[in-house]
Amino acid sequence: MIRVENLTKDYGSRRAISNLNFEAEQGEVVGFLGPNGAGKTTTMRILTGYMPPTEGTAIVAGYDVVEESLEVRKRVGYVPETVPLYTDMTAIDYLQFMADLRHIPESKDRAYEALQMVGLENRAESYIGSLSKGMRQRIGLAQALIHQPEVLILDEPTIGLDPAQVVEVRNVIKSLGKQRTVLLSTHILSEAQQICDRVLIINKGKIIAEDTPENLQARLTGSERVSLQVRGEMDELPKLLNKIKGVQHAEVKPDGSVEFQFAPGQDVRPEVARTVIKSGYDLLEMRPVGMSLEEIFLELTREDKPAHKSK
Amino acid sequence: MRNVWVIARREYNRFFSTSVSYAVAFAILLIVGLIFALTLLFANGAGLGGSTAPDIKGVTWWFTFLLVLTVPALTMRLISDENRMGTLELLLTAPLRDWELIVGKWLGGFMFILSVLAVTLIYPFILNLLETPGIDQGQMMSAYLGIILVSAAFLALGVGVSSLFNNQIAAFIVTLGLFMVLWFMFGFMSQILPSGAGDIVTYLDMGAHFSNNLNAGIINLSDIVYYLSITALGLFTGTVAVEVRRWN
Repeated sequence: MIRVENLTKDYGSRRAISNLNFEAEQGEVVGFLGPNGAGKTTTMRILTGYMPPTEGTAIVAGYDVVEESLEVRKRVGYVPETVPLYTDMTAIDYLQFMADLRHIPESKDRAYEALQMVGLENRAESYIGSLSKGMRQRIGLAQALIHQPEVLILDEPTIGLDPAQVVEVRNVIKSLGKQRTVLLSTHILSEAQQICDRVLIINKGKIIAEDTPENLQARLTGSERVSLQVRGEMDELPKLLNKIKGVQHAEVKPDGSVEFQFAPGQDVRPEVARTVIKSGYDLLEMRPVGMSLEEIFLELTREDKPAHKSK
Repeated sequence: MRNVWVIARREYNRFFSTSVSYAVAFAILLIVGLIFALTLLFANGAGLGGSTAPDIKGVTWWFTFLLVLTVPALTMRLISDENRMGTLELLLTAPLRDWELIVGKWLGGFMFILSVLAVTLIYPFILNLLETPGIDQGQMMSAYLGIILVSAAFLALGVGVSSLFNNQIAAFIVTLGLFMVLWFMFGFMSQILPSGAGDIVTYLDMGAHFSNNLNAGIINLSDIVYYLSITALGLFTGTVAVEVRRWN
């Protein structure tokens, strides 16, 4: 469980985060989404007890991060963005050292289990300096899991991994999120879409939107978009479709498809299909077009626009 | 306390996997060994400085002198390197108090120096066999107590300085400079300054507490308090420096 209230952090005169408020419950994977320098790492460092906030409070796993920092740190697993590791230690020695710092009994066995969890048990005796970036990332994750923490905080957990490793790490995170609270930061929007139950979009130290990835999409577009693939003379089709009640903005796209919108709850698709066929076209495909998180994100973080208004 | 031990043990083991610490141990043991050999060769018969019986003072004095030059190399990376590699973030988000980290680092270095020092015990042992009726055991123990106190103080200052820097070399130079001032410069200054200020400087002179008293077989409480105070000061500086880092 994470509860953040009015969290503010200043570095000298620069305000890194400003009045953040959010919560994350057990069994939830919450994505922290924002451009570089938005304040994601700062927030995570406060939540892990690395640095104190300038103002506001944060409760992690039931303890205040300033007043009961040690209790928080016992219950949190953290992988910093750079995945710092001791390159001159073997994987098993490193994990055992971290386990000893957390007073875990039979630390060597537990270190080995943690390595198994991330699929690196065959590299136990390898020096960390000789491991690939992806393997190091997984060692970092093993270090964060070794004490079975209630709360897991991961700063850009898939950065620098190859596609296969990304899928692997995402699956590990997903399965961990079933029993724990996971807060992860990313600037890869599709990643947030895939593994997060909820997304917080942060920009310039402020949360500008918070919702499930799906709701965020619906709220922002306010209407549903559909793309059509048809065979035949295209020019007349938008006119035909626009005559149908409920169809809005039918138009031919540069790639040859036809797109139109309709208000949610007013499904015009059957009527559109009939019209297309009756008019002598071959209907090849009809599919919904969601606004991608990328588009939402750009929409929300655009300079000239006051933050997002929900309709 | 358990955390202190976990950090200290790791740091101690780490000394045995870095070339700097082997170089330090080699340099200390080589030079101290040569001094011992010379003591034996020249002190017998004619004797140096009028003393007929060889003693262990030469070995112990040179050991502390070599600490001035080598401890900066041992302590320079202790905190600064953690900071440079980012691993400090791991340690500062582990359930570990800041002072436990600093004391653990210091203790690891202290145990390493004690290991090197233990090797030199062979010299008083040999000397004791060669001489009848044996060497002055009291002086020997006092001198070794002195080395232990000097090592503790030097290492604490080194850890303190290391925690102020991100760069190992900077930490090395500053630590070396600090040791030079404490060990040599105060001695010169006390001779120039008038008696009031001179007395204070004399008390601060780290070398004098060892050379004049402990290495001569005189154990004063004030000397022990002096070294323990310096040790505490170094460790305190390190702890504060780590706390300050958290705020920035």
